[in-house]
Amino acid sequence: MRKFAKTHEWFDTESYKVGISEYAQEQLGDVVFVDLPSVGKEVKKGEVILSIESVKAAGDVYAPVSGKIIEVNEKLSSSPELVNQDPYGEGWIVRIEPSNPAEIEELMTEEEYKAQL
Amino acid sequence: MWKIVKTIVGEIEAHIVEKLLKSYGIPVLIQKTDLFVHPIFGSSVQCEILVPEDKYDEATTILQGEGKGVKYTPLYEDHVKLGAKIVEFAGFYMPLQYEGIVQEVLNVRKSVGMFDVSHMGEFIAEGPDAIRFADYVVTNDFSSILVGDVIYTAMCNEKGGFVDDLLVYKISPEKVMFVVNAANIEKDFSHLSRLSKNFDVTLKNVSDETGLIAVQGPKAQETLQPLVDTTLETIGYYSFAEANVCGIRGIVSRTGYTGEDGFELYLPASETPIVWRKLIEIGVKPAGLGARDVLRLEAGLLLYGNDMDETVTPLEASIGWAVKFEKGEFHGKEALLKQKEEGLKRRLRGVILESRLIPRHGMQVFKDGKEVGYVTSGTFSPTLEKPIAFVMIDASIKLGESVQILIRDKYVDATVVKTPFYRGSVRKKS
Repeated sequence: MRKFAKTHEWFDTESYKVGISEYAQEQLGDVVFVDLPSVGKEVKKGEVILSIESVKAAGDVYAPVSGKIIEVNEKLSSSPELVNQDPYGEGWIVRIEPSNPAEIEELMTEEEYKAQL
Repeated sequence: MWKIVKTIVGEIEAHIVEKLLKSYGIPVLIQKTDLFVHPIFGSSVQCEILVPEDKYDEATTILQGEGKGVKYTPLYEDHVKLGAKIVEFAGFYMPLQYEGIVQEVLNVRKSVGMFDVSHMGEFIAEGPDAIRFADYVVTNDFSSILVGDVIYTAMCNEKGGFVDDLLVYKISPEKVMFVVNAANIEKDFSHLSRLSKNFDVTLKNVSDETGLIAVQGPKAQETLQPLVDTTLETIGYYSFAEANVCGIRGIVSRTGYTGEDGFELYLPASETPIVWRKLIEIGVKPAGLGARDVLRLEAGLLLYGNDMDETVTPLEASIGWAVKFEKGEFHGKEALLKQKEEGLKRRLRGVILESRLIPRHGMQVFKDGKEVGYVTSGTFSPTLEKPIAFVMIDASIKLGESVQILIRDKYVDATVVKTPFYRGSVRKKS
C-alpha cells in the first residue's frame, strides 16, 4: 500500500519504493536531474536523502521512514523526467528497507494526504 | 447611494475588479465615463467602479489589502482560462507556465511562442527636447538613431549604477517611448521626472493603458504577417512601425528577450485580448515567465534585480557596448568614466557546468578555495542540455578559466564562457 509523508514523499509498504507525490512533481515542474544517493546508506526519517533539480527550483526529498537505502532507480540518471511523467510508477526514486515499522503507521493514507493539501 | 471606489481605463480591467469584489458579496456597478486618450493608440473607455456607500470601506480594503495592490494585465483572464500557473511577479499576477517550461522553451526555439509582457512600463516623452532629454538620461547613443529605430540601453544614477535597463523608441523628432521593467515603473518615472526639469518635455506614464505581447521564434514573422497591415520584412532588427494588428492600431517592433527573431506588439490595453485570442486561434502557443527566464539567460540577456541593480554599473554588467562616452554629457557619465579609467574590479560573466546540479541566484563562487563572487542568475538550459549561469566575479578571471560554485554542500566546476550561451534566429542590426 502507498502511504504518504507530509513532505510529499510516498512509501510503498510492500516494495519499499519511495517517490514524490503527483502534487509535488506538479509543483516542482520539469525535473532535469535527480541527485541519487549511494546504495547502502542509512537514513533517518525526516532527513534529506537527495535533491531534485527542476528548471525553476531545487527540491529536497526527505526520508519518509528510517532505514537503509537498498536500491536507487538508475533509470532516472538518463530519464529524470520520469518523475514528472509517472511519479507513482516508473518515476520511483529509491527503495528504503525500513528499520522501524512503527514509523510506517505514522504515515498518511492517500486520502488523508490529499485532504491536507 | 453608490460611491466610486476606483477609476480604471479599459473595460476588461474594470470587469476583473468587478469579479473580485463580487466574490466578496459586494454589489458592483460599472459606469463608463470619459474616453482616455492614449498618446499613441488613440482612445479607450474609462470606467468608474461603484459600490454601495455602506460597502465602500470594505471594498477599499479588499482592493488594497486582499489584492495587496497586485495588478492584473489585460490578459489575466485569458491566462486563467488557458490553465496557466499564476504567480505574483513585480507587482503583477503573471503566468509562470502553461504546459511546462521546457516545452514552452522548445516552442519558441523551434517554431513560435508568445508572451504576455503587458506588465512592462511605458512612458511617453513629448516636446521639442524629447530626443535631447532621452539622450541625456541613457548611456547609449540615442541621438544618432533614426526615427523608427529602438535602442537597448542602461539608465544610470549619479554613481553610475543601474536605475534600470530599458528600450527607447524614437517615434518622431519630438516623441520618445521608454519601455521599462515592471518592478521599476514608479522609481523610473520619478527619476525621469526629476531629470526632465531642465528640458522642454512632458512625460506621461501610459503603462496601465498599454498592453504588450511578444511573439518570438524563427516562425514569428510568417505567423504574424497575415494579421498585420504592414510588410514585416521591411522592419529591421531593433526597428518598429506603427501598424494595425487585427485591425487594432499598435506598434510592431522587431525586438525581444529570447535570442530568436520576433516582434513585440504594443497595443491599447483594452484591446490586447483581441490580438492574443487571434494568435491563440491560429495556433501560437503561449509561454510563461519561466520559459522567458530560461530563454533570456540562454541568449545572454540581463534581468534587472537579479543580474544587476542600483549598485552595479553597466560596465560591470558587461554591457559596456551600450555606454557611449563619446556622445557627450549623460547622467552618470562621470562615475562611469572614473570606473573605466581605474579598471573594473568585478564583472558579470557567463559560466557553463558539466554537472547536472543547477546554480541559483545568490550561490557563492570560488576560485582556488577563495571566494570570488556570486551567482546572479542560473538555470538548466534545455537547449544546451547543461546548467548555465551568470556570475558576478573578480574581473581578473578570464574566459576559459574554471571556477567552483557552491551548490548546497558541493563545490561544482564551472567554465567561464562567452555569452550568449546560445544564438537563435535573432537577426543582426543592418
